[in-house]
Amino acid sequence: MLSKIGILSTLISTILSFLLVYQSFSEVKSKNNIISKKFYYLSFYQLLFIIFSFLILLFGYIFSDFSLINVYENSHTTKPLFYKITGTWGNHEGSLLLWINIMVLFSFLFLVYKKNTEKKFKLFTLIFQNILILFFLIFLLTNSNPFSEIYPAPSQGMGLNPILQDPALGIHPPLLYLGFVSSSIYFSAALASLICRLEANVFAKFIKLWVVISWSFQTLGILVGSIWAYYELGWGGYWFWDPVENSSLMPWFLMTALFHSLLVLEKKNGLYAWVLILSILTFIMSVTGTFLVRSGILNSVHTFANDPSRGLFILIFLAFMISMSLIILFKYFPNEKNNFLFLSKESFVLFNNWFMIFFLTVVLIGTLYPLFLEVLSKEKVSVGPAYYNIVLAPFIVPFLFLMSYGPQSKWFSSKLVDVKKMFFIILLSFSLVFIFANFEKDSSFITTLILVFSIYLILQSFLDLYTSIKNNSFNLSRSISHLGFGMLIFFISTNNILSTESNFNLKVGETKKLTNYSIKFNNLKILKEKNYETLVGNFLITDIKNYKEENLKPEIRVYNQPKIVTYESSIKSKILSDTYLTMSNLAGSEFYSIRFQTKPFMNLIWISVLIISAGGFLRILRRENK
Amino acid sequence: MLNKKVKNRIVVFFGLAFLFIIVTVSSILALKDNILYFLSPTEVRESSNIVFNKKMRIGGMVKKGSIYNDRNEIKFIITDLKNEIMVSYKGTVPNLFSEGKGVIAEGSLKDKKFFVAKRILAKHDENYMPPDLKNVIKDVK
Repeated sequence: MLSKIGILSTLISTILSFLLVYQSFSEVKSKNNIISKKFYYLSFYQLLFIIFSFLILLFGYIFSDFSLINVYENSHTTKPLFYKITGTWGNHEGSLLLWINIMVLFSFLFLVYKKNTEKKFKLFTLIFQNILILFFLIFLLTNSNPFSEIYPAPSQGMGLNPILQDPALGIHPPLLYLGFVSSSIYFSAALASLICRLEANVFAKFIKLWVVISWSFQTLGILVGSIWAYYELGWGGYWFWDPVENSSLMPWFLMTALFHSLLVLEKKNGLYAWVLILSILTFIMSVTGTFLVRSGILNSVHTFANDPSRGLFILIFLAFMISMSLIILFKYFPNEKNNFLFLSKESFVLFNNWFMIFFLTVVLIGTLYPLFLEVLSKEKVSVGPAYYNIVLAPFIVPFLFLMSYGPQSKWFSSKLVDVKKMFFIILLSFSLVFIFANFEKDSSFITTLILVFSIYLILQSFLDLYTSIKNNSFNLSRSISHLGFGMLIFFISTNNILSTESNFNLKVGETKKLTNYSIKFNNLKILKEKNYETLVGNFLITDIKNYKEENLKPEIRVYNQPKIVTYESSIKSKILSDTYLTMSNLAGSEFYSIRFQTKPFMNLIWISVLIISAGGFLRILRRENK
Repeated sequence: MLNKKVKNRIVVFFGLAFLFIIVTVSSILALKDNILYFLSPTEVRESSNIVFNKKMRIGGMVKKGSIYNDRNEIKFIITDLKNEIMVSYKGTVPNLFSEGKGVIAEGSLKDKKFFVAKRILAKHDENYMPPDLKNVIKDVK
């Protein structure tokens, strides 16, 4: 029953998308400047029906309707309600439906945004956006249908992988999708503006909001994913340069580059072509990332259960998108003259873009290299953090400097900023690092420089923040985001230097002495929860230097459906430092393997990223109030 | 057929593509020293130019009944059903590590039969097997 309603609703939505494309094509020729009401209706109903399809699937999950294969494969009656709900998008088919929902949502929002202006441009955007939507709808209906039925309906489902039963992972995909799927709208808008030869600053005003929205959500999405990896994977890291993570970071670089150059476009009418290319590339990169993740051609530690036919479909789609964009780009490429003054703000925006493209290229190469090598030489390799650290670290230093200096410069003028003040702040940062740095053992020359310049950026951003608040200017959100980035780099580096880790085996009742801590394994308790049984260890951690004691309680969980053992780390999170303990047990041995870590500034790393995205959200809100 | 403007654009496009290739090639050179090779026990046995004590990954299945745990370490055998390597490891194992399941160990070879792991890799999906590993097991079967 649900299956039929779901498919029907999706089909209606498909027909409405098709109608939208068809009607828009006939409407663009007409001369009047008002978009006829029927487009709003069509678009509204299209949104309504696709949301309805999604609700149907959600309904299937909540009430455990196992006649849907998708529900049967990913859910179970004993699962807590929250995870039944998040299970809806915790699998390939459901997440594809969510993906389409977001594309349709943004198609609708774009249509009603700035009503009755630039009709031709809007209709073309609608055409391109709905061609994309159609593609994904066909993909959903033919290859990855979440409403496929199973007969007879099983009485019990197979359950969701317990590692995915986590609140952070529940909200991670929707956030990330709001980020990179919404970039489809400025992909469509860019193609439309090429065809309509829209004026540069008009285009900038049209897409800026969407770029900032997608960037802010993408930032949050990456953050939540990292937090999940930190406390769920049990080895204390939060970023592994894994292909899946990289494919969320690469569109982020492009979005960042894009909204910086949008500033130039808005103020100066410059960089139009470049902005268009970036808008197009962002969505292409998002789909490429999806292709890499879903097709399973990359050796990633976390990935969807994969299926080559999905990969093929996305690949065909990708080829279609790229060739369509290239043809339109070559044919309608806008003419422009750029005369940049060397030290003007627009040059600094360009510098930002070069860095972003460089970062993107480095990450892209790191991600794809194993793939090419395997095809060419049959050698299997993986690219670890070492590569990224070595290649990226030296470039972070000038990047931080330009990020502090750039905002001081003026539009259209090549005047130098207050050099004395600048040197003073840099000198101050240097002295701060040398006074407080008692960790020379691990820190290299470049690490020291990174610390100095991240402090410089933090100080400078605070100054900017002060002036923006005083003048109540739009630069407020920029200062906030730049401040967040400075803090992020600073805390990541110090965390990297100061983290400690020790691994050892203990029996119940024993104590392990480390240099600064002693760890006592007090006892073990068995508890029974709704869908798992758990073995809770009780550890007493004594901080020898500061005479502080705390208890950590890691768990070994045995889930009943599917039958899987997971090791839940126990983390005591304080503002300045985390203590992190994981235990595991093998082959029923009386010895338990313990990993004890101290991780300084973890919370401040999360807060830094929150601050970065807060800048974006603030910009969105203030735009709307203007 | 193509007017001058379009031609110029194509030139610019290929110019950019060329620049991109240069960046790519230089990064790949930087890559050479910082990649981890992935080998199966059979590849380790058959290969003649293995560097010992260099960071690398080996993968296969955890041999049934081979896990041993004492005060100092965990030991288990990684097998691809043809050849085996003994792995010694200190630390906690990731979720989904168990007998008869796929595993990837990162560390270095001491000799062709003995591997000291620094890290055991996690997988997030119980049905999922890394493509590398799938090939290893398929080759054997």
